[in-house]
Amino acid sequence: MSDPIIQPTVGAQRESVDPSAVTEKREGTLPRGLDRLGERKRARLEQLAQATADKGGVSLVRDAFRRLRRNPTAMVGASIVALFVLVAIFAPLLAPHDPAQRFDELTKNLTVDSIPGASSEFPLGSDPLGRDFLSRMIHGSRQTLFVGVLATLIGLALGVLVGALAGAFGGWVDNILMRFTDVMLALPALLLAISLVAMASRSSQWTVILAVAIVNVPIFARLLRGSMLAQRESDHVLAARALGVKRGAIVLRHMLPNAMTAVIVQATLTLSTAILEAASLSFLGLGDPDINRAEWGLMLGVDGQRYFEVRPELAYFPAVAIIVVALGFTLLGEGMREAIDPKSRR
Amino acid sequence: MSLLDVRDLSVVFQRRGERPFTAVDEVSFSVEPGQTVGLVGESGCGKSVTSLAIMGLLPQRGNKVTGEVNFDGADLLKLRPDDLRDRRGRDIGMIFQDPLSSLNPVIPIGTQVAEVLERHRGMDHKAALKEARELLDAVGIPDPTRRLKEYPHQISGGMRQRALIAIALACKPRLLIADEPTTALDVTIQAQILTLLKELVDETGTALIMITHDLGVVAGLCDTVNVLYGGKIVERAERHELFARPRHPYTHGLLNSVPRLDSPRGERLHAIRGSVADNIPWAEGCAFAPRCDNVVDACLDGTPPLEPTANGGDLRCNNPVSEEVAVP
Repeated sequence: MSDPIIQPTVGAQRESVDPSAVTEKREGTLPRGLDRLGERKRARLEQLAQATADKGGVSLVRDAFRRLRRNPTAMVGASIVALFVLVAIFAPLLAPHDPAQRFDELTKNLTVDSIPGASSEFPLGSDPLGRDFLSRMIHGSRQTLFVGVLATLIGLALGVLVGALAGAFGGWVDNILMRFTDVMLALPALLLAISLVAMASRSSQWTVILAVAIVNVPIFARLLRGSMLAQRESDHVLAARALGVKRGAIVLRHMLPNAMTAVIVQATLTLSTAILEAASLSFLGLGDPDINRAEWGLMLGVDGQRYFEVRPELAYFPAVAIIVVALGFTLLGEGMREAIDPKSRR
Repeated sequence: MSLLDVRDLSVVFQRRGERPFTAVDEVSFSVEPGQTVGLVGESGCGKSVTSLAIMGLLPQRGNKVTGEVNFDGADLLKLRPDDLRDRRGRDIGMIFQDPLSSLNPVIPIGTQVAEVLERHRGMDHKAALKEARELLDAVGIPDPTRRLKEYPHQISGGMRQRALIAIALACKPRLLIADEPTTALDVTIQAQILTLLKELVDETGTALIMITHDLGVVAGLCDTVNVLYGGKIVERAERHELFARPRHPYTHGLLNSVPRLDSPRGERLHAIRGSVADNIPWAEGCAFAPRCDNVVDACLDGTPPLEPTANGGDLRCNNPVSEEVAVP
């Protein structure tokens, strides 16, 4: 009566033995007549072992990353983002000319109803002030990345602070902070951003960044507060309390890192809205007043709109650039959300 | 003097606009140094709430805890939160039911063991990690050096519970509360964990409160057993006494419902009739009365008192099972 499956094995050993060793041992104890049956069972066990082998010992992050890599839409988003970041980093090397310089070759042909088009030296032609349009487009990516990333980071930092305080303390702290974020969430994002920029005495790049950041604070705060509250009830936080771990350490080491996942995913998605919001503000003329600065929103709003009938490309290129980059971040963010969300795990 | 002396501990949950619910009702018991005491009962009888109340881990709002919990000369219920926090983990350790959810998923095992050493013994991180390695080794985790850097989801359930035991015993507490430590594990691992607990408790002289619904665990481990029903202790006895001569009809029913190897094939398992939902409030009589086979008129007329028995235990019953009808 040696059923190999229920054969007693000492548990402590079983834990450390790898699956292949177990299957070998089972094969050895099989009676002859059961060979074929055993063969099949062994093959199935091996299959199972293989299926679970590469799963065991994989960290959550690596596991999520692998799922992200298998998601084609996320990879499209990631490629767009990667391309955009590379262009932004190497803009001075890629751009053929100085984006602020006005070229005589271009200005001499410049009239109200004619803007020089593509030529061998200026692949995308001129802008209304006789500057190289391609170089301005390339340098514009830097501006967009800078504003988008910084606005997101500042918004993230403030949002995490507010959300962590609300979630960690609960009670009246939570009530006050959350009523405040409710008020901010009730206002349309762009309207709020416009009012914030308008409040500044002199608009600059930084007012745009701050306005976009503040608009995103309540979103991060709400999200983090929710997962912090869930963490507060979790078993491992109770266990940490049972060990006498101090309150600050519980919040910072046990609750916050576990609650951050959703917020990090949201940050990727926020990058795209931040880029759009910053572009909208520039488009409306609420951004940096410096006309030499290459910025897609500004290029679209001032040059593109005014000379749309003369040279529509001046509007097309910045618009497409903004859309594609925002799309890239959105696709990547959605992919990350799916990869990390345990409900969508396959 | 007892190490832990719980006197008339009551926990009442009350939310605004709702009827208060008494989860633990004047529970008293004591634990001597090095002793293993069992708290046994079915789901919802107040076992876990008792342990959380002792540790001061119940939520701050929505409940009222009364009574005394004297530990080492101090009433834990009256201690300042900071003092109590200093004692938790150092003087009193606790092991929880689900080893996966009781470990922080984003911190490596080693750091989690080290954390409690740094907190209570003021060790620096490096020394604490070294000590953590030895602790993991002591609870029988193979290849402890590697495990130090691994995350909870990377090790097996049995190893996780071992790691939790290592954490709970890291500061050599004088009292360990184990809240159903084996419920989430399979039977083989259960036996290992129980053996390990017994060894460690014997070795270090730690007193143990074993909270369980599993009579098998009680039989193997506990010196004294407290049987809880509906938030009150209904019977207290020495382990052998309880298993040989259960007096309370509830204890008797519990023991009777354990399947036996020597019972005839095809025989139905005994069950206690009804369910916890049939309980009546203790104020009106014995909560177990509606499910009891031995019920008499007195059972529906006020709470029966907890009275000492001839065998050194305590019993809360008007019409106990006679000693001769005991389980074979």
